[in-house]
Amino acid sequence: MNFVVPIKQVPDLVEELELNEEGTDLSRDTVKYKINEFDDQALEEALQLKAEIGGAVTVLALDGEETDKMLFTAIAKGADRGIKLMGDFAGGVAMHAAAKAMAGAIAAIPYDLILTGVQAVDDRDGQLGALLAGYLGVPQVSVVTGVRVESGKAVVRKEYSGGVMAEFEVDLPAVLGIQAAREIPRYVAVSRVRQVMKSATLEEVEVHNAAGDEGSSVRRMMKPPKGSRAQMIQGSPEEIADKVIDLLKAKGLKK
Amino acid sequence: MSQDVYVVAEHFKGKLVEVTFELLGKGRELADARGENLIALLFGHGVKNLGAELGAADRVIVVEHPQLESFNPEAYSAALVEVVKTKRPAVTLVANSSMGMDLAASLSVGANLPLVAYAVDVKWEDGSLLATSQLYGGKLYVESQFVGAGVVVSLLAGASPADKGRTTRGLPQVEDFATPPLGGPKVRFKQLIEPEGGDVDITTQDVLVSVGRGIQSADNLPLVQALAEAVGGALASSRPIVDSKWLPRTRQVGKSGVKVKPKLYLAVGISGAPEHIEGMKDAELIIAINSDPNAPIFDYAHYGVVGDLFDIVPVLTERVKS
Ligand SMILES: Cc1cc2nc3c(=O)[nH]c(=O)nc-3n(C[C@H](O)[C@H](O)[C@H](O)COP(=O)(O)OP(=O)(O)OC[C@H]3O[C@@H](n4cnc5c(N)ncnc54)[C@H](O)[C@@H]3O)c2cc1C
Repeated sequence: MNFVVPIKQVPDLVEELELNEEGTDLSRDTVKYKINEFDDQALEEALQLKAEIGGAVTVLALDGEETDKMLFTAIAKGADRGIKLMGDFAGGVAMHAAAKAMAGAIAAIPYDLILTGVQAVDDRDGQLGALLAGYLGVPQVSVVTGVRVESGKAVVRKEYSGGVMAEFEVDLPAVLGIQAAREIPRYVAVSRVRQVMKSATLEEVEVHNAAGDEGSSVRRMMKPPKGSRAQMIQGSPEEIADKVIDLLKAKGLKK
Repeated sequence: MSQDVYVVAEHFKGKLVEVTFELLGKGRELADARGENLIALLFGHGVKNLGAELGAADRVIVVEHPQLESFNPEAYSAALVEVVKTKRPAVTLVANSSMGMDLAASLSVGANLPLVAYAVDVKWEDGSLLATSQLYGGKLYVESQFVGAGVVVSLLAGASPADKGRTTRGLPQVEDFATPPLGGPKVRFKQLIEPEGGDVDITTQDVLVSVGRGIQSADNLPLVQALAEAVGGALASSRPIVDSKWLPRTRQVGKSGVKVKPKLYLAVGISGAPEHIEGMKDAELIIAINSDPNAPIFDYAHYGVVGDLFDIVPVLTERVKS
């Protein structure tokens, strides 16, 4: 079975996000990137499925910040093939354009199950999975936490709220937006990634950046409105503890 | 192209879901600002009776078919795309929910319309629509403008008060829309799976100490468990703690977890992503401890402590006990 996992780098939210002068984008050269955590979940689920039923896992990414390292890391974790989509993607890319470029590249390779991260912190114009499925003309289900493959079909669990899930049977090929893999995404040592960088090669495919097709653009980015911020409690841990206890008392939660 | 505003009504187990009324409230605002109509879309099988509760809308359009009995990404998307292609509304509002995430992007591709997701607000400005989204885990707000007319916006839960969408203008006119081909079916609904019971029900607790990824490891959980016991509450958590299998699924607060309204919600090492906020923003008293002064949780907490939980939590536990 051919598993395809599109992955991407997103800003690491642990770092402070700075805006550019126009206030229309992040100040890109100050951003620290990491793999979208849900893409990491999708990759883990694909690797688990491969171990379970056999097949090959292809990871692909649009060329951008530290793309090689991300793809090699995926290969070090067990992916079989890494494809880098070359085009003008500096300065970020809209999800519609990303999905179109991905759809073009994926249509040219064998695929049965495409696993994407359910969302990303910067997918302003929509989540990749359903867009990609739309352009490929294949069925999709998003917010998926459980995947089995049975008699050539996927049986998936989609999460609703309150812990309720719906089970669907899906004909392949299909796209699944993965929320969480069955296991915690595996870790791979940096030394192993370095080894892979020496031995493995990434394939490069030219794609078109259909920028503008998303029909919307960013007018302004800003920090959240300050008005509603919490009142801050300061002091030593002991002073803070006493102030918190005062709040509990005032609320009648502690005598 | 009509100038009407459309809203996709969401229902589950025969009842309209809260977010539907939030969408209706926002939709009403958009329609009234231009003197246009608000139309609610209802997809299902034997759901026409729900139309009566959609009185904030001027009209309700219903598409019924056995294949639409339970939510199905393929069939619901097919119906939605067909209605929107035929009626060509100015705006279609969809919830950024589990179901809405399937629908909004499929509609955007299927009807070739722009989509902006994670919106907390949409409004008209100088004759054009402007949508404000909450991105980067709630750390930034992003305003989007659109090219052309006919747009899809998916709204985060809580973007607009539900009360407004419950205000009825009388019984709306309900009209049938001829069921279009619903595809395949390549996606077949099998069953609903309910969560396992047996654990503490965190929705009935007065006090919740809720822990997030800031706790770093399962080995550190006793620290927050002790605090929960000291304040006479239960331990809840954000999603990653549950995905890591450190706590059972029943403890998860948020979009895919449960919604809680305790008297006290003490958030420890939780960043405050929109999906978490959705589940606890209505708690009476929210106190957050986080080492990042810019953590979005402080935009929702009443009181905040910027600091290392490993310094503060043990001292707090001791002092509460004594
Ligand atoms: C469809 C969907 C549904 C979802 N449903 C839910 C849901 O129901 N519930 C939910 O919670 N999430 C949900 N999520 C996930 C959500 O997007 C976030 O990933 C998640 O809420 C983050 O959890 P967190 O705050 O614990 O972790 P992080 O975002 O990693 O935050 C950890 C925080 O700990 C702080 N910290 C680190 N060290 C310390 C220290 N020593 N002392 C104090 N603070 C420290 C950091 O500053 C940071 O703010 C959902 C996502 C999707 C896509």
